Amino acid sequence: MAELLGITPQALFGQLLVGLINGSFYAILSLGLAIIFGLLNIINFTHGAQYMMGAFIAWIGFYKLGEWVGNPDLVVNYWWSLLLAPLAVGAFGILIEKTLLKRLYHLDHLYGLLLTFGIALICEGLFRTWFGISGLRYDVPAQLTGGQNLGFMFMPNYRAWVVVASLAVCFVTWFVIERTKLGSYLRAGTENPRLLQAFGINVPLMITLTYGYGVALAAFAGVLAAPIFQVNPLMGSNLIIVVFAVVVIGGMGSIAGAIVTGVGLGLIEGVVKSGVIATVIDKATSGSPIVAQAIYPVKLLFQPEASAVIIFVVMVIVLLVRPAGLFGREK
Amino acid sequence: MKKVIKQVAAIGAAGALLAAGVAFSQAKVSDGIVKIGVLTDLSGLYSDLAGPGSVLAAQMAIDDFRAETKGGAPFKIEIVSADHLNKGDIAANRAREWFERDNVDMIADLVTTSTALAVMPIAQKLGKITIVSGAASTLITNEQCTENNVHWTYDTYALANGTGRAVVKQGGDSWYFLTADYAFGHSLEKDTGAVVQASGGKVLGAVRHPFPGTDFSSFLLKAQASGAKVIGLANAGTDTTNSIRQASEFGITPKQQLAGLLMFVSDVHSLGPKVAGGMYLTETFYWDLNEQTRAWSKRFFDKQKRMPTMVHAGVYSGVLHYLRSVAATGTDDAKAVMGRMRATPVNDFFAPGARIREDGRLIKDAYLFQVKTPAESKGPWDLYHLRQTIPADQAWQPLADSRCALVTKKK
Repeated sequence: MAELLGITPQALFGQLLVGLINGSFYAILSLGLAIIFGLLNIINFTHGAQYMMGAFIAWIGFYKLGEWVGNPDLVVNYWWSLLLAPLAVGAFGILIEKTLLKRLYHLDHLYGLLLTFGIALICEGLFRTWFGISGLRYDVPAQLTGGQNLGFMFMPNYRAWVVVASLAVCFVTWFVIERTKLGSYLRAGTENPRLLQAFGINVPLMITLTYGYGVALAAFAGVLAAPIFQVNPLMGSNLIIVVFAVVVIGGMGSIAGAIVTGVGLGLIEGVVKSGVIATVIDKATSGSPIVAQAIYPVKLLFQPEASAVIIFVVMVIVLLVRPAGLFGREK
Repeated sequence: MKKVIKQVAAIGAAGALLAAGVAFSQAKVSDGIVKIGVLTDLSGLYSDLAGPGSVLAAQMAIDDFRAETKGGAPFKIEIVSADHLNKGDIAANRAREWFERDNVDMIADLVTTSTALAVMPIAQKLGKITIVSGAASTLITNEQCTENNVHWTYDTYALANGTGRAVVKQGGDSWYFLTADYAFGHSLEKDTGAVVQASGGKVLGAVRHPFPGTDFSSFLLKAQASGAKVIGLANAGTDTTNSIRQASEFGITPKQQLAGLLMFVSDVHSLGPKVAGGMYLTETFYWDLNEQTRAWSKRFFDKQKRMPTMVHAGVYSGVLHYLRSVAATGTDDAKAVMGRMRATPVNDFFAPGARIREDGRLIKDAYLFQVKTPAESKGPWDLYHLRQTIPADQAWQPLADSRCALVTKKK
């Protein structure tokens, strides 16, 4: 087996685990996007910037806030940041929704996209001016430092926490929207807002809060990411394109689709990064050079350096077969 | 004997150029203004290591030049700056506009190789000067070299040479590369691999990651499985800092050692000694080298609130040398000024006594540094131990290996 794969099963398992970690990031980010698109019909391009702001608020709370307010002992630790950063960024989102976005609901998607893209550029520009581009260090909280030796790999405790935390939040969100009364109002609001309003539900308020929640999810992911990646003004724009692909593959607006696709694509990416498939293709075609040559372009797609491309290849295939995405409904 | 003749010839040539300069001084500086353009990355990935700091460094050079001449220079000096967004086509358009419409005489910095390679031939064609500080590739002084260009601060050869050799010497004799999948990463991997093998080490393999990347743990696990003693990071900027952080997170360091092949003090500052401590890297400047570097860096820090990188110091040094050459020749004619720049040694804190070689390479000392551990570091910018000064004649690609037409033509 190991001979055929060119990599030990243990090493492959390690790669899959890393894929799962990344997949849970994709899941929580695409979940926020999917909720916002599903209920507001807005393609929220500010999502990456809001993720970045979540990370920055955690950093500021830990390293700067005390200094700014003249009380050096004041430190907002990681755990408080997990709660406070989403609230702060969510409030910022609500402000945007109230003042700008709500004027665009009756227009084409493109207007919302342009507005949110513009806001993202402004936010990133401001943070770049204030904090520079090199990135800032945020330490892993003391309770989660170190890791477990799983035999086949060293699993940092913090990464395990990231998987648990994001999948838990994803599950709760899915449960609330799909299985509770509040969720049924939200879903009804997307189907027919006027009718729902006629039943006495405050639909505009509901929409505002939903946007705030979607944005808060992005900020939550940002705080989770802060100890792993450098806190950097461009950290969101590096990730957002992939996350959009995840939402499209899952089906625009589908809650479960976003979660399942996020985790699934993380795993696919992990397999490609490990180079297993490319090795298997090599071994299988080693007998006949003509077949090897014919299949070469396919093999290229499965080499580690193509791991950024593979998601978009999946997207193309899914859109060809199911234009509404894996879990989307055709209207 | 042959060498002496060569030297005499060189002096003669320099004299002739000086004479030409004097002759030109009749013509004086066109429109009475020497205009310097700082074309750099003001908003992206490299805006901390170059960017606004490079504009400030150029301005400081102008201020110091004015102080030196006590306002006696018979021309005005102006500075313009623009963001090239790390894109070659934008850099080329801006350079053309500056040279043709705005009478810019010299363009400095040009961080990112693609922008430098786009602007250099335009300057050559229009009779203007480029002083490249931020870009890394050795193409600039080889296949793509031009008469009117100087590559001032560093290149991939010098970095690979310094770090690669030192790490092998310390016992790190088996390497695995983590490489950014584009021209720069490949060339850094190739240069370093050659140095490692020449020093008696082995290269076990390489994994290439998409550029830019965010999560490197998969690639790092592959590097770990290779069992190599040293993981060479043939990438730059946030790719490098994230790789280093994640290597420490997954317990890969300190069992295996990392070698950053293109790192600036701004990257190390952003990582902090806790994560980066113990790493080796090569630079051509560090603020805390001596009295002069400290004095200049303090002035820089007071304005920019960050310590200067080698790119900033290089921009200062290049602009100052250029202005002195303009003053000495009394003209802004590119040929005369470049002749003067090549004929006279540089005189400042960055490159004392350094000379410009035929291929446009500034030949100065490079330094091998080791990043301090948290216990050793006494402040946020107290980051490096100087481990070795690599003398100018050993730091750079030998002229014998040059692929620059200006050199090979003569052979």
